[in-house]
Amino acid sequence: MNKSQLIEVFSKRSGLKRYNAEFIIKEFFNAMTDALANGEGVEIRGFGSFSIREYDGYVGRNPKTGEQVEVAPKKLPFFKVGKELKERVMDKVTAQ
Amino acid sequence: MTLTKADIIEKLYRAEKFKRTEVANYVETLLEIIKEKLEAGEDILISGFGKFCIKDKGSRRGRNPHTGEPIILEPRRIVTFRPSGKLRDKINGR
Repeated sequence: MNKSQLIEVFSKRSGLKRYNAEFIIKEFFNAMTDALANGEGVEIRGFGSFSIREYDGYVGRNPKTGEQVEVAPKKLPFFKVGKELKERVMDKVTAQ
Repeated sequence: MTLTKADIIEKLYRAEKFKRTEVANYVETLLEIIKEKLEAGEDILISGFGKFCIKDKGSRRGRNPHTGEPIILEPRRIVTFRPSGKLRDKINGR
């Protein structure tokens, strides 16, 4: 499911007009993006949490050419699935 | 500082489009839809943010780290997140 399909389903279930449904979804993900860009974590109970992990730079190789490349230090968001979501997803497997 | 669901609801409320209780309900509905889709085994792609993926892990042999006893680990289904290039760039100040 992509963002426009999510907007569609959300609009139907909430009774919101499409542009309002789109507004809420955009602002929801913008708020999380801004927090992460500011180096803050995000915690949505029952869904999951995001934190920033910092990685050192290293000298790697281009796997195609074997050429050495300098990989700069970087930060990446790390998602930890929340308890409720984790259990709901797992229940589907054990039920099979 | 950590951004919570309450902070997101507050931000949406400040846009002066909806009542506070409405906003809280909308956010719950949105999260419920996302959780239902993942539960049904569907991936969720939010362009500009990232993709929530469902991965099936087969059963494997493991060990009880306490006793060293070999055990069979049952198949698992997990949720992973792959950040979009845009989100990675923003986090790295690019």
